Amino acid sequence: MPKPLLELICPAGSLPALKSAIDHGADGVYLGLKDNTNARNFSGLNFDAKALAEGIRYAHARNRKVLMALNTFPQPATLKRWQQAVDTAASAGLDAIILADPGLMAYAQKHHPQLRLHLSVQGSATNYEAINFYHEHFGIQRAVVPRVLSLQQVENVVRHTPVEIELFGFGGLCVMVEGRCLLSSYACGDSPNTFGACSPGHAVRWQQTPKGMETRLNGVLIDRYADHEKAGYPTLCKGRFEVQGETYYALEEPTSLNTLEMLPDMHRLGIAAIKIEGRQRSPAYVAQVTQVWRAAIDAVKRNPQGFKAQPAWLAQLDKVSEGSMHTLGAYYRPWK
Amino acid sequence: MTSAIKLTLGSLLYYWPRQTVLSFYQQVENWAVDTVYLGETVCSRRHELRLDDWLGIAERLNSAGKEVVLATQTLIESESDLKALRKIVDNGPFRVEANEFGAVRLLFEEGMPFVAGSALNVYNPDTLALLASWGAVRWIPPVEMSCTMLAAMPVPAAMETEVFAYGRLPLAFSSRCFTARHYNLQKDACQFRCIDHPDGLTMNTREGEGFLTINGTQTQSGKVHSLVHHLGELVGTPVTALRLSPQRQGMAEVVATFRAALDGELPAAQAATQLATYLPAPACDGYWLGTAGLNPVTV
Repeated sequence: MPKPLLELICPAGSLPALKSAIDHGADGVYLGLKDNTNARNFSGLNFDAKALAEGIRYAHARNRKVLMALNTFPQPATLKRWQQAVDTAASAGLDAIILADPGLMAYAQKHHPQLRLHLSVQGSATNYEAINFYHEHFGIQRAVVPRVLSLQQVENVVRHTPVEIELFGFGGLCVMVEGRCLLSSYACGDSPNTFGACSPGHAVRWQQTPKGMETRLNGVLIDRYADHEKAGYPTLCKGRFEVQGETYYALEEPTSLNTLEMLPDMHRLGIAAIKIEGRQRSPAYVAQVTQVWRAAIDAVKRNPQGFKAQPAWLAQLDKVSEGSMHTLGAYYRPWK
Repeated sequence: MTSAIKLTLGSLLYYWPRQTVLSFYQQVENWAVDTVYLGETVCSRRHELRLDDWLGIAERLNSAGKEVVLATQTLIESESDLKALRKIVDNGPFRVEANEFGAVRLLFEEGMPFVAGSALNVYNPDTLALLASWGAVRWIPPVEMSCTMLAAMPVPAAMETEVFAYGRLPLAFSSRCFTARHYNLQKDACQFRCIDHPDGLTMNTREGEGFLTINGTQTQSGKVHSLVHHLGELVGTPVTALRLSPQRQGMAEVVATFRAALDGELPAAQAATQLATYLPAPACDGYWLGTAGLNPVTV
């Protein structure tokens, strides 16, 4: 079977978001169950058995794919629940599951050999030796690469692996290697790796003070906003801190990743899929972003050489970006 | 009574001048550590010592009776990173600590027993058993793993378990260099500013709390994780070794304090008080207790 090229994979935090993504041109959606077996364990998000069945029916009726993220790390006492989630995925008829834990990959391979496995970005595989290892041992067919490689480094990975490569195209920018960031658990006890959420809502406080609006994570002051500034969600790597007397976004500005301008390069490299981030966002957001990316991917496939990111697309995406700003992230070398 | 639990000195996470590194490891020859991890794990641009220099230190430490392990880089992105990794794997006499799965693949292919570093994210017995089948003879649990979770981990026979017991916690890795960013420099032209910060750069909250530590592409805890007062709780856990992470000042005293506490020569509370003299920042132990990592130590 020929490798897919530039599939558009969109976030489905809920059934309405799934339908919105499919209706606006996603080739596939990714979703998770309503617990900590996936890395977007936020209340009000994700799928129970009934919604999952309906979502799969809706997508498959339109010949689109549904992928399930099972990308957190099971622990001794709870391993069974992760394994049951794999069983659920297999019996529900999902097109692939997205995993990070080798033990769980072995379970899936043994019990559901037909089920297609993708390596999650939480698996922190940033080079072809690592990706090929998962391929050789568990037969993973696709790897989602962390948002830390330059495009040249991505090209080197693609050249040395039979595994399909999926890249992040748009949405929240994790500045750290995913799966290897414990900042949230250091601050509030819940780890993205095990609890499935970074800077979880229950640890978040907003407080108006004479000095301004303060946002805190388990009591730690993440940022303080003047009256004219809009207070953001206290994701701790995107707060303002003081280093040697200077207060600034010491790790990362609150901005979104947007690689639309790089689509011709991604096409040329043979990137299998573009992932859009944002399972915690609304169906309206999913619709807007999917629509723009569908148009852009169709355009680059029609005419790779003549592709130009249209100003209207970028304007539309900036409207829904964090801080109304976007960056090419690590794909663009000087970012570092 | 001498405890069977070993002490290990983790790899140097900071960028120190060449002479400082050489004289540091000269002192280590006389310290009561059983194992020493060597090599650059944080940033491929740090070149004060090359692999040959590390191998020279390794030989001297080995002659002094220490087990030596060569640690691989945690984030491997480029072909030159892979080239450096292959050289470490092919070093000959010394055991290797794998800090990502590219290293695991190479070590497995060579049939070499290895140490599974904490960044491999081993949280459950199935994954640990797989690592054992690939050749891991020792594992370092994720630094956030609590005492309770660790006690519930069935560890394969003959597999050693090493816990991060002292130092600023390595919490996150990025391809972006936050030290270069602080100085408004691009990573590729960083001027090696890390060398000016032998214990990292403190990142305070706007209330002046030392929250995190910037160490190039690595982000560490602001506080110093210490388990010196928990050594009595190791019975019933699979722990066979404790890792102490090098800091610039007082490391000889830190090692001596841990050794005395392990051997029962120093009661827990007294060890904690003694250690406080050498801490570069307040102590924390939240992870061990299953809470937020930054929670302060109460003895």
